[in-house]
Amino acid sequence: MSQSPAEDTHRSGSGSQLGKAPAGEAGVPGVSGTRGVSGVAEASGVRDAAEFADGVGLVVESDGSEGRAEVRRSRWRLWLRNPSLVIGGTIVAIVVVVALLSLVWTPYAPNAVNPAIRLAGPSASHLLGTDEYGRDVLSRLMASAQVTLYVGVISVLIAVGVGVPAGLLAAQRSGFVSQLVLRIADIVYGFPALLAAIVLAAAIGASKTTVTLAVGIAYIPVFVRVTRSNALVVLSSEYVLAARAYGRRPLAILRRHVVPNIATTMIAQMSLLFSLAVLAEAALDYLGLGTTAPTASWGTMLQDGQNYLGNDVLLTIWPSLAVFICVLGFSLLGEGISETRDARSRR
Amino acid sequence: MAVLSVRDLTITNRGTTLVSGVSFDVDAGERVGLIGESGSGKSLTALATMGLLSGGITASGHVELEGEELLGLNESRLCELRGDRIAMIFQEPMTALNPTKRIGAQVGETLRVHRGLSRRAAAAAAVELLARVELPDPHRYARLYPHELSGGQRQRVMMAIAISCDPVVILADEPTTALDVTVQRRVLDLLDRLVDEEGCALLLITHDLAVVSEMCDRVVTMYGGHIVESGSANDMLNAPRHPYTEALLLTSRAVSVDGVASGLLPSIAGSVPAAGNFPHGCPFRDRCEHAIGACVEMPPMVSAPIVAAPMVGAPMVGAPMVSAPMAGDGVGSTVHAVACWNPVCEKPEMSAREQVSANGD
Repeated sequence: MSQSPAEDTHRSGSGSQLGKAPAGEAGVPGVSGTRGVSGVAEASGVRDAAEFADGVGLVVESDGSEGRAEVRRSRWRLWLRNPSLVIGGTIVAIVVVVALLSLVWTPYAPNAVNPAIRLAGPSASHLLGTDEYGRDVLSRLMASAQVTLYVGVISVLIAVGVGVPAGLLAAQRSGFVSQLVLRIADIVYGFPALLAAIVLAAAIGASKTTVTLAVGIAYIPVFVRVTRSNALVVLSSEYVLAARAYGRRPLAILRRHVVPNIATTMIAQMSLLFSLAVLAEAALDYLGLGTTAPTASWGTMLQDGQNYLGNDVLLTIWPSLAVFICVLGFSLLGEGISETRDARSRR
Repeated sequence: MAVLSVRDLTITNRGTTLVSGVSFDVDAGERVGLIGESGSGKSLTALATMGLLSGGITASGHVELEGEELLGLNESRLCELRGDRIAMIFQEPMTALNPTKRIGAQVGETLRVHRGLSRRAAAAAAVELLARVELPDPHRYARLYPHELSGGQRQRVMMAIAISCDPVVILADEPTTALDVTVQRRVLDLLDRLVDEEGCALLLITHDLAVVSEMCDRVVTMYGGHIVESGSANDMLNAPRHPYTEALLLTSRAVSVDGVASGLLPSIAGSVPAAGNFPHGCPFRDRCEHAIGACVEMPPMVSAPIVAAPMVGAPMVGAPMVSAPMAGDGVGSTVHAVACWNPVCEKPEMSAREQVSANGD
């Protein structure tokens, strides 16, 4: 708390503050009496400090008259100037569009088997070729984007939904409750996510849900910690003290003051974790702990393709490339968001 | 009738006493100045009064607001009182507003909390309040964000928030310290007018004695977590009894005598020690030129002697100079009371020269 005597002492150094002259006199040494500069301002009937300063040719801080259109424009410029944000955003947009498109249209049905053209290389009719059952690789890649987004979105929502409230609780309560939450988070964090996924797969069977739960739970501790550390900064700020001073209750302070101020950080963190979720999902699918055949996912396609590495190396390259680009997109987006946030707060 | 009554307020932080046995009253509509250097415990006293201490800092004693004990009161009831009956203005207007919310919403928030106003009604009330604190074009300002306002404008916003629910007492914690000198005067004039209009009591925490002399009816001096002197503004500023109050006065008057500083500015030798490192007994004794043997014990608050004291060289040791019995406990009345074994009794101008070293040697 900034009000502690020790810090106050530190800030003001020695007793020098006492040597300060009263308000009115310090500005203009020649003017006697207690009114000083402000007395002049009042005498001339000028009401506003900015106006007064203008009158004597001083440069004053903007009083906001430039309007918010300017602010909005400069925010756009800030975003567009950030390559991470632009490239990441574009990739993410493409992935989302492809996933949505695959719901209504793919070149071929993703699971349509055609033994006649199995393991055919890229051609005009099958742009990325076909796999060992003669299924169109491009169609399967597109359909896989659905699985990826589904698992990513739901697992991040699980992590945020549990992690953020827990983090806020840990930030607001000191002592036992805070320690309890943090230690539980530590335990979850310390438990290998892969092991958890295997256990979960054994318990409820390998499926999309298994992967989603495993990834979601594994990322809860990350959100607990990030939320707590950011919330602590906001909670120690003077405007939270002011909010308490005008009677805001603790829960309302969290909702109205803490959450809006940590939202950008959280969104950046979500995007970063999304990329990790994509990676984890592909890995778990590859290991056979997630999406099961015949449903297409980048992980299962990779698993299928590795049996034919000698015949057609492209079968493993396409899904790998898809995972790579998707992860890159979400990481860049997350990085871009935090960079622009930092840039804005630096101004 | 005291609206705010503080008795034996002691604030500790893990064994370190930060404020000890502070008692004072603020009557309805009265303006009390709480003065002292940084680190004297003024702000802590205010925060404890509001029940806003945190981080292991605890308070004991009694704080009564309109007869209701605040210390130990549950958080829910405290939330009802804060902002409604007792309001606070903070030192740093730059950080005391939420950067992500519009001015109008923040001003209206108190009314929504305590009066249950709808968003729309609160917004309308906020514009009126902004007009009352003399922000030009309040409709436009209500839609701005804090970073678009200057420091003085933000402090006006803080005042609008403070008065929004007609509190009976406002605690103003160095409301002008963070502002430019050109803005300070106007913000103070505004505070003066608002307190007048509201008819509420004001506890003004400051180290600016010029402000105190203009704004306050009564002055309380704090040093090292103790109240060392209290009395009417007139008595305190014209005839201070405690060497510390006198030294404070001297340092602030140095320039204003003829508008030109004559040589070196007076200062108080040494600096405020860190909390917990104050000497035993009177906390000021290691910086005080009036210090005598008796000062190793904390002197009680007694009404200030009216007769002239013996000279500094011949201190009376033992009993404090009690020339008149205290009226009640002296904390609420305008009785001039001082906690000093060897108080100042000469005219301040005379003894001050010799008492305060010219250059803080």
